Amino acid sequence: MIRFLLNRLLQAIPTIILVTLLVFLMLHLTPGDPAEVYLGDSRSTPELLENVREEMGLNRPLHVQYLSYMGNALRGDLGRSLQTNIPVTEQIRTRLPWTIELALSAMAISTVLGISLGMLAALRHNTIVDTLAMTLALVGISMPVYWSSLLLIILFSVNLRWLPAIGQGGFDRVILPAFALALVSAGALARMVRSSMLEVLNQEYILTARAKGLASAAVITRHAMRNALIPVVTVLGLMFGNMLGGAVLTETIFARLGIGQMYVEAVLQKDFTLVQGTTLFIALAYVVVNIFTDILYMIIDPRIRYD
Amino acid sequence: MTDSVSPSIARIDTNPARAEFFRLTGRFMRSRNVVAGSIILIIIIVMVLLAPVIAPFDPTEQFRRERLQPPNATYWFGTDNLGRDVFSRVLYGGRVSLQVGIFSVAIGAITGTILGLNAGYFGGWLDSIVMRLVDVMLAFPGILLALAIIAVLGRDLRNVMIAVGISTIPIYTRIVRGSTLSVRQIDYITAAEALGAPAHHIALLHILPNVLAPLIVVTTNGVAGAIIAGAALSFLGLGQQPPNPEWGLMLDEGREYIRVAAWVTTFPGLAIMTTVLSINLLGDGLRDILDPRLKL
Repeated sequence: MIRFLLNRLLQAIPTIILVTLLVFLMLHLTPGDPAEVYLGDSRSTPELLENVREEMGLNRPLHVQYLSYMGNALRGDLGRSLQTNIPVTEQIRTRLPWTIELALSAMAISTVLGISLGMLAALRHNTIVDTLAMTLALVGISMPVYWSSLLLIILFSVNLRWLPAIGQGGFDRVILPAFALALVSAGALARMVRSSMLEVLNQEYILTARAKGLASAAVITRHAMRNALIPVVTVLGLMFGNMLGGAVLTETIFARLGIGQMYVEAVLQKDFTLVQGTTLFIALAYVVVNIFTDILYMIIDPRIRYD
Repeated sequence: MTDSVSPSIARIDTNPARAEFFRLTGRFMRSRNVVAGSIILIIIIVMVLLAPVIAPFDPTEQFRRERLQPPNATYWFGTDNLGRDVFSRVLYGGRVSLQVGIFSVAIGAITGTILGLNAGYFGGWLDSIVMRLVDVMLAFPGILLALAIIAVLGRDLRNVMIAVGISTIPIYTRIVRGSTLSVRQIDYITAAEALGAPAHHIALLHILPNVLAPLIVVTTNGVAGAIIAGAALSFLGLGQQPPNPEWGLMLDEGREYIRVAAWVTTFPGLAIMTTVLSINLLGDGLRDILDPRLKL
């Protein structure tokens, strides 16, 4: 078990180093001079530009710049926003809770919806319920999050006036964006749970459980479900990633001041240091989440420890 | 093998490639998903291609006195805040959205296939490098990689296709590499190598045809994903620029008027969803026929 853990962590190291290198190079691959963006068109004179370049360390050799960027990053310093001059880490810190609130709520909704729909379809295999559930799942997968967000606003905010359409803070403001974000993943999850459940229901131990006279409910909850849900754990990491990606859109639509909305603003305003810092943060967070998912998977399913 | 082809054709057809073609065509025609998906998709493609003929108005023409008109006999899908015909804009916008889907997938699938074939066939250091790169690209969740690429390249429609295309490369690389690894162990590849066939000959003529099935399935669903991602980037203001229409951009433009004129966003949204749904239906059907092992 410890060897598996160490292996998994070691595997992640080259990925993490390459991610940092790529994100660092982003700033240098970008056409235009970061110093010019920082100063803006109106104020830039050759002397000022030179000063800013010196201050930002842009005159030093690339590898020195990389090492100093990484040194600072390890100390929690990702530079300052070119637009607001506020430290990038501080901006991430203030925005992060809203994104986490949204992503976790969406994951909870999508897990409940996806598992129930998938189970229902598998247990009523080849009936109208199965067809309906899978049609719903397909529609869910095919709905772009920006479209489902707008539909939810039209229905629950404009017509029924049940929930507020924008903003953050409070349970009522997270429901709509979380639902919108959850729909796609719920559809994908429902399809996965259904096929996994159907596979498990065909196993011999289920037949044995039924043969020894266990009640149908007990067979399903105690024997089938527990095994059928194992593969779900493997997609939790992927789901979290999709939530982060989707948050870019939902936060923009529902005017939630989270990381996703900040990222889009930074790209639109060419705030390169903010884009760079946020990209690095999100990518590393995602790598870490995936490592945790693998560990969780290993704890839940002892079979893979022996592989 | 004979279950899906009429016995008479199987008996008289001595050409195995043609027999296989008929067998698959028969199965395609009998798959409800493939037939339904194809019919809807063909209708959408024809309508979008014939936009100059079908569209009643120029998509950018503004009828200032007819702003935010609900759907009626003149403006089938109503008009937007500038008095432009939503129906004409949906038709013309579809050209852009479909183009983004197809070109991005072409970039991703071609690059990914080349990388995956080489990594899987040659193995060794090449494989290690390619797979490390794939890991790095997969470390950027969702459309964030595409956003980061746009941040570097600048906003415009061509860059959207490149960004979405690049962000999908890992999917194709992984699937082609996986299939290549399993195919290259088969005896006829060893035989071809023993006969001295050059590597590119083996890769293109012997391996590629065998990895096509999963590739076709993933590419089909990939087009749906690319349409969604491309429209998302235009929705965020990073792709198609006004006044030209594009489905994602139209959703963004109509967002402000959602309380008074829901039709401005409803129709482009329905267009994206129907297109994506039809492609996903087609993809599901193709998967069941070509590669039943693929579950996702």
